[in-house]
Amino acid sequence: MRNEEVNALKDTEIHEAEQLTEETAIANLKQKEDLGARYYAAWWLGKFRIKNPAAVSTLLMALEDEQDRAPDGGYPLRRNAARALGKLGDKRAVEPLTRCLEFPDYYVREAAAQALEMLDDHSCIAALIKMLDGGIESATRVPGKPHLVEPYEAVIEALGTLSATEAVEYIEPFTQHPTEKVKYAAARAMYQLTREDKYGEILIRALEGDDLQLRRSALMDLGAVGYIKAGKAIANTLAENSMKLIALKGLLETDLANKNTATSAESIEIMDLMDALL
Amino acid sequence: MPDTQTLIDAVNKADSADLLLETVENLAEAADISAIPTLVEVLGFNNPGAAVAAVDGLIKIGEPVVPYLLSNLDGYNYGARAWATRVFAGIGDPSALDLLLEAAVSDFSQSVRRSAAKGLGSILWSKLPETEIPTAQQKVLSTLLLATEDGEWVVRYAAIVGLESLARTLRDSQPELRSQIVAKFLELSDREPEAAICARIKYAIENEQLLDN
Repeated sequence: MRNEEVNALKDTEIHEAEQLTEETAIANLKQKEDLGARYYAAWWLGKFRIKNPAAVSTLLMALEDEQDRAPDGGYPLRRNAARALGKLGDKRAVEPLTRCLEFPDYYVREAAAQALEMLDDHSCIAALIKMLDGGIESATRVPGKPHLVEPYEAVIEALGTLSATEAVEYIEPFTQHPTEKVKYAAARAMYQLTREDKYGEILIRALEGDDLQLRRSALMDLGAVGYIKAGKAIANTLAENSMKLIALKGLLETDLANKNTATSAESIEIMDLMDALL
Repeated sequence: MPDTQTLIDAVNKADSADLLLETVENLAEAADISAIPTLVEVLGFNNPGAAVAAVDGLIKIGEPVVPYLLSNLDGYNYGARAWATRVFAGIGDPSALDLLLEAAVSDFSQSVRRSAAKGLGSILWSKLPETEIPTAQQKVLSTLLLATEDGEWVVRYAAIVGLESLARTLRDSQPELRSQIVAKFLELSDREPEAAICARIKYAIENEQLLDN
């Protein structure tokens, strides 16, 4: 999710001036001459949630594209098409995206895992679990590349979001992975799948880390899973109040959803913490 | 206890985020007027931990901070503006009232609108000439009612918190205005999409016993 947002930001900066409509975006994606326009159209259709069946069909074609190739052998258009398909919510994309999980381009696999997380369809779970084969011993860095052999963070987050309880035994070892982002993704998913405090506590410890980026990411994770006991630790984290408020709102929403009364003792504690951060 | 100048020098010499946090905490602890310019400067650094410490220190110094901060606001740094708004909110001095009224509904940064909305609820009314209080409270009420319609949830949430504090003040000064707050709370409970804000409204109603009179 986070990588995707960064990419989207870059894209908007580059093409800020360009105005598309549903029709021109689909037409731009279909043509084969201007690769930049295709790439941008794929992003645009996702960004503006164009749920038109013609948009989905064209994106599915773009998912098979062989023309747009990066110097490293990657497939930029396929990556953008996968991301967009995640946002459009059309289940026709599930099977093609699941096949993408075996594609040689790492970033296509990552985009596909993130898209499948959003499509909320359980048929991809076995394929996602397969990407964790070999456990953390195999989850090493690819020589000469800035990434591990698989997009573990995206895969594990997807399994957590999809409530894939059958994946628990495969995800658990990753809570010991030396790469912090992978470790925290595993803790987040394990908490979602088991509701065991020990995984929430791993995320709380991440709030005390040295890297602001990781602290922010742990704040978002705790808010997303609604680990109620994290309230005070969130309020005390060295990060922007706006981020802490979003995380605490996530806790409050979870507590409200679990209880009938709006003003349980836990809810009140969280609201008091929020008030102090405004 | 080292003198304030030594503590200021330590802040200026800090060469890491951790050291900055530690030295600002020490300077804030001193709560000395001569620390004001340095603490205000820290609000403009992109270091949330140090900024929190500086805000606490400035609020502790209190009133003397307000004129300095009003004339040294960095209009282009919205991070600094948001922290400064928190200082005004924490001190509650009415000389910052116009700034807070303006900021709560028209600043482009949601963090500034948020801090201003909360701060409007905690103005120290006793510092204002008695004849000016009713009009000023009416202005605060209208501004906060407007802020409950903000596009950002966090500003709407802060407006509820501000209205709750204002309702508490109005109990003694202008009880007739409280009914406008109650009416707004009940109306919002029906149409506010954010569960967190609805819960905060319910909490405010219970705290202030707004339905009991």
